Amino acid sequence: MKRETMIWAAIMLLGAGTLIWRAAFTTNGMGREYVRAVPVGNGQWNRYDPATYDDYIRSESANPNQREYLLSIPRTICLWIAAFFTIAIFSFLYRDNPIYKIVEAIYVGLSAGYWMVIAFWDVLIPNLLGKVWPTMIQKWAMPGLSGPDAKRDFWYLIPLVLGIMLLWRMAPRGDWIARWPLAFIIGTTAGLQLVAYLHGDFLEQIRSSILPLVVNNLGAFDFWASVENLIVVVGVLSCLTYFFFSFEHTGFVGKTANVGIWFLMITFGASFGYTVMGRIALLAIRIEFLLDDWLWLIDPLHRHTR
Amino acid sequence: MKRTIPLLITALGGFVLIASYFIPPAQSWGENVSIWFDILSSIAFVLGGANLLMSHLKSISDRKSGWGYSAVVLVSFLGTLFIGLGKIGVHPSPQFPNMAWTGYYREMGSGFWFIYQYGYTPLTATLFAMLAFYIASAAFRAFRAKNVEAALLLGTAFIVLLGRTFAGVALTSWIDPSKWSGFKYFTGLKIENLTVLIMSVFNTAGNRAIMIGIALGIVAASLKVLIGADRSYLGKD
Amino acid sequence: MRDFLEQQWWLVVIVLGSLAPLAAQFVSRGFLPTLRTLDRRWIFLLMFWAVLVPIYFVGVTGRTFPEIPGALAKATFNEIEKLHAGDPVLIAFDYDPSSEGELSPMATAFVKQCAEKKLKMYFMALWPVGSQLADATIDDVLKSDFPNLVYGQDYVNLGYKSGNEGVIKVIVTNLRELYTTDSRGTPLQDIPMMHGIQNIQQMKLVIDISAGYPGIKEWVQYAVTPFPETIHLVGGSTGVQAPQLYPYVPRQLPGLLGAIKGAAEYEKLVIDKYGGPHPNPKYLDGLRRMGPQLVAHLLIIFLIVMANILYFADKRRESRS
Repeated sequence: MKRETMIWAAIMLLGAGTLIWRAAFTTNGMGREYVRAVPVGNGQWNRYDPATYDDYIRSESANPNQREYLLSIPRTICLWIAAFFTIAIFSFLYRDNPIYKIVEAIYVGLSAGYWMVIAFWDVLIPNLLGKVWPTMIQKWAMPGLSGPDAKRDFWYLIPLVLGIMLLWRMAPRGDWIARWPLAFIIGTTAGLQLVAYLHGDFLEQIRSSILPLVVNNLGAFDFWASVENLIVVVGVLSCLTYFFFSFEHTGFVGKTANVGIWFLMITFGASFGYTVMGRIALLAIRIEFLLDDWLWLIDPLHRHTR
Repeated sequence: MKRTIPLLITALGGFVLIASYFIPPAQSWGENVSIWFDILSSIAFVLGGANLLMSHLKSISDRKSGWGYSAVVLVSFLGTLFIGLGKIGVHPSPQFPNMAWTGYYREMGSGFWFIYQYGYTPLTATLFAMLAFYIASAAFRAFRAKNVEAALLLGTAFIVLLGRTFAGVALTSWIDPSKWSGFKYFTGLKIENLTVLIMSVFNTAGNRAIMIGIALGIVAASLKVLIGADRSYLGKD
Repeated sequence: MRDFLEQQWWLVVIVLGSLAPLAAQFVSRGFLPTLRTLDRRWIFLLMFWAVLVPIYFVGVTGRTFPEIPGALAKATFNEIEKLHAGDPVLIAFDYDPSSEGELSPMATAFVKQCAEKKLKMYFMALWPVGSQLADATIDDVLKSDFPNLVYGQDYVNLGYKSGNEGVIKVIVTNLRELYTTDSRGTPLQDIPMMHGIQNIQQMKLVIDISAGYPGIKEWVQYAVTPFPETIHLVGGSTGVQAPQLYPYVPRQLPGLLGAIKGAAEYEKLVIDKYGGPHPNPKYLDGLRRMGPQLVAHLLIIFLIVMANILYFADKRRESRS
């Protein structure tokens, strides 16, 4: 057996042993979810709200036959599945492996299905089918639909037809039919963005760049505020000079463009710093999940310890 | 017909929105066009799902290398669809207890809620958490101070990285006017203050110029699409 | 720290034990040769420990670094603070679990401050999963700490609509054409706090928690810029996007929280005002996550410095030969 395989086998065995010991033989254990049963709908069914281990122990101590606070087996199992998913994805950092590939495939299918379901229930039912066939939708899924919202609006046949044409893209023949809705989407996007970018990102930014180079603060000359404004104005103009490739960057234009490059390097350096900050926070929350929700090694929110 | 009508649709959709911006009585046309756009965006999700289904079914039927993973994709996709569209585990709305489909599809405890809480969230979050590792690796491999510009970038990055944590505060905490009055002229050199200066002055200037440049590019590209000069989105005949 | 190391000796053993092979390489092969051929998996491991150990330390000891709120965090806080009880605010959840680490602390703190100010909260989302995150924040903050608030009277979740900036374009003038029900399917006419609300220009403030596209940029372009007198926006964004939003500050965006640092500063302001002597730990997530930030940032700086030492050493060696 290869040395690497032996080391990994040893780590896996040690890890599994630690998990079993921690789950079964320590005072608080690990990786469990508790819920509180709340009767809903005149007691016809229960809603299960999250509860803490402490709530459960207190309830059990007061009344061992209580059924309000429970250990949730489905949520506990799913918590371990979520932890497995997390570790499976992290395993890619060592090497690509079949477990990572399977979990990645689950993610691809799950997220595509998830977005489709949301689009169906949040948009297609209320905003399309609810407008074209309001009576049917009212009888089936939205009985509260009433008033002007319950009236058929024939204008919504247009997006319905365009939507069916869009799906024609999957057909083996006649995929040119999908060009109509695609053209609508492209045209609408272009129309939306043209004005928005012109107004919000072009005109307003030029307006924001027109800054006083002599700043008076409570009647006195504010040197540093004036310097800052000057730097902003010089920075914007020099960066724009750099972006202007119709002129050769020589002489005064070249020197200004060089200053622009320095400003851009500072901008990119700042962006890098913030990007690092962003990425690390994402890792932090996953490690918090492993240490807090799963392993119960830390308990900053007082959910697991008594 | 196959290309002319789409070009007219593009122009009409775009110019109605532009007109609604400048002509207040035309605002309702703009709203209608935007709502149809919103509905088509959700149908695009359905198209995306259908495309995924077709491509992975083809991969399985052709027995391409790795077709087993395509089977896993399909199982998770169809399973999520079944549970979500079928409102599995969803109770009817308390106001309409006899109508099975009136419940909230994302109700806590429903099948779809379980998929989100214990499937979608850990998978999405962990995949993006991997970026922290890659940024560390990239920092080691790629960031070299080869010239003045690169040194400027790295220097700024160091200041921002330190200044946005307690490390920066601690490093320059000795610049304290209460310890020596002369320091009051140097408080701007404290790393956390330098960071604020970099972000509010230098970064603002650079990003403003980038924003102006991008805005001009978007306007040009949008105009080309609307007047029919750019037809690449129509594909080939 | 010493007590922590003594009590958690097992963690020290595991960390040092895992890095022992790397140390052995440095000793046996030399510093520069090891750096030159450093397997990136060692960097991954270093980053893993750089984040895990501080999280564990903060979790066990409860200690966090002090935070001094900056000008932008104060501006964001003050924009909400100057509102009055009963003022409507729109809170847009434009992110998904991939950015939850940075943005959930902001979302929690925003909702906490709005609830303390007794504002009428209208939740919505431009990202498909945003509505679910809004539900989670409502459960975590409003239902848990403000049980007197009533859904439909004090807060409502309008849910998600597809279309990105197309949604903003519609709701700035006609919200009810697009939103006929809330996220649960209840018609808007049956929701008391929706009476008289025709569009978002009636909101006193729009708060956007944004991870990318669509997000704060689109809210600025399609809501604030066309209607600067009636729509005011503050927001929280990820670290990746925040530098690109600075040009909008302050004219189009009076307040901006950037990355987890912005979240921590804003949390400090909220808990100082509303947290009481013993603030609930769920409002301290951002402050807790600054611990791993510090160590990881120092690691990144260390790696860049090491890489440049290697670069200049190799350059000198080449110029000599």
